Amino acid sequence: MSMQSQDIIRRSATNGLTPSPQARRHEQEVAKLIDVSLCTGCKGCQVACSEWNDLRDEVGHNVGVYDNPADLTAETWTVIRFDEVEDEGGKLEWLLRKEGCMHCEDPGCLKACPSPGAILQFANGIVDFQSEQCIGCGYCIAGCPFDIPRINSKDNKAYKCTLCADRVAVGQEPACVKTCPTGAISFGSKAEMKDLAQTRVEDLKSRGHEGAGLYDPPGVGGTHVMYVLTHADNPTLYHRLPAEPHISPVVRGWKEWLKPAGALGFIATLAGAFAHYMAVGPNSTDETAPEVPEKELVEAGEKPDQNRRDA
Amino acid sequence: MDTKNLVLRTKFMDRLCHWTMVACFFLVALSGISWFFPSLNWLGYVLGPPQMARLLHPFLGITVFVLLMCMCVRFVHHNLFVRTDITWFRHIVDVLMNKHGEKLQIGKYNAGQKILFWGIMSLISLLLVSGLMIWRAYFAMYFPIPVVRLALLAHSVAGLGLILLVLGHIYMGIWVRGSIGGMVTGYVSRAWARQHHDRWYEEEILPAETSSAKRPH
Repeated sequence: MSMQSQDIIRRSATNGLTPSPQARRHEQEVAKLIDVSLCTGCKGCQVACSEWNDLRDEVGHNVGVYDNPADLTAETWTVIRFDEVEDEGGKLEWLLRKEGCMHCEDPGCLKACPSPGAILQFANGIVDFQSEQCIGCGYCIAGCPFDIPRINSKDNKAYKCTLCADRVAVGQEPACVKTCPTGAISFGSKAEMKDLAQTRVEDLKSRGHEGAGLYDPPGVGGTHVMYVLTHADNPTLYHRLPAEPHISPVVRGWKEWLKPAGALGFIATLAGAFAHYMAVGPNSTDETAPEVPEKELVEAGEKPDQNRRDA
Repeated sequence: MDTKNLVLRTKFMDRLCHWTMVACFFLVALSGISWFFPSLNWLGYVLGPPQMARLLHPFLGITVFVLLMCMCVRFVHHNLFVRTDITWFRHIVDVLMNKHGEKLQIGKYNAGQKILFWGIMSLISLLLVSGLMIWRAYFAMYFPIPVVRLALLAHSVAGLGLILLVLGHIYMGIWVRGSIGGMVTGYVSRAWARQHHDRWYEEEILPAETSSAKRPH
């Protein structure tokens, strides 16, 4: 979506020398807070997401778990994850988590993307794909620490949750927030959501959930989709939610080290070749040289000239 | 073409293979650079819009690999390192300073060209393997994301290395007069052959000519 065109803080495959329009950088940072302790797994958010974004994923198959569809796809931008966990006492706990784009402050997808302007980060924190600029390389999939973007085989474009950038731009909350019947999903400024999370975490702790806490991972600079987890001390319980997500060092090395090193390599090679040519001149052959083998010249007492350029 | 004072250095099929590969490599390298250095995004337009470049790049890359493998089979026996290559290495400064004093016992390809040969062949193989692994439309989904990340890095390193090697190769072609013409027409002059590949001229060209001259017509 291109509804917010004057408050872009990051644009894929461009550098700080040519910044994006940023006349409205004073915009407030927004966040979505998902309280897993209030989620009943009704999947109303999945339906609302598909409805607002006009997505009609193919009806899949039951693969023996409650996750439906079984994974995120290019046409399913959020999925409720169901994980059965037993504690030390053998008590079964059903952990639910609404999976989708986390809208990182330091987005790995945007860092990896090679197509100028295909991924934008707005001042309000939303990271959005500009599908018309997407070339379908899938680098965003490798860049993402949360395994979120999916390429659509129909059009070779990457898709993911937009945080309803189009709704937020006109002052509305995301569709999933609006539809959630239990109030498990809240939306507001990032500061407000952190305050709300604090209240909820205290409440959960007072009710015996010792490990309750806010999931706003600092490794990616914080996220604009946060969780209140009852087991914040072990986020991986929630369908492998990474405990310390960060952009992979391999991706960083590729973009932050190899790129400048490669640029220097090109400059050094071209400059070296040009300097060599200027210093030494062309390596040409004297076609008029006599066809006498060198051996005979030496035998006849003539020493070959060390500096001559012919044979 | 009057070839009286010329010697055949590269056969027609080998030249055809080389220049077809050059055309494909030019396109695949420029589109690759356009993604590695997004500021040079415009280079990718040699293949049309960026989406088209993304689509064609892997197919052109495979074409380059196949053609290079043909050349590998055809040229490998000239590119095995031999004892006399040490002489060339020992005189590397003279070679680069354009001093042609001593005979360096250079076969069909000199030691530098052999390094280029093995560099190209190994890097294109690495590019093929890593390229298949990151080919989103067909294969990338079969590899775990951490493996795809490593493949992306390997593909970039190998691509950079190969393009820099090829830039050196192009420069050598420009610097050593007569080599580009030799690769286009296949023929080089006798003087050129003696100057740059003395052992090849003495061991392969002269004996072949003498034996054919002796043969009754």
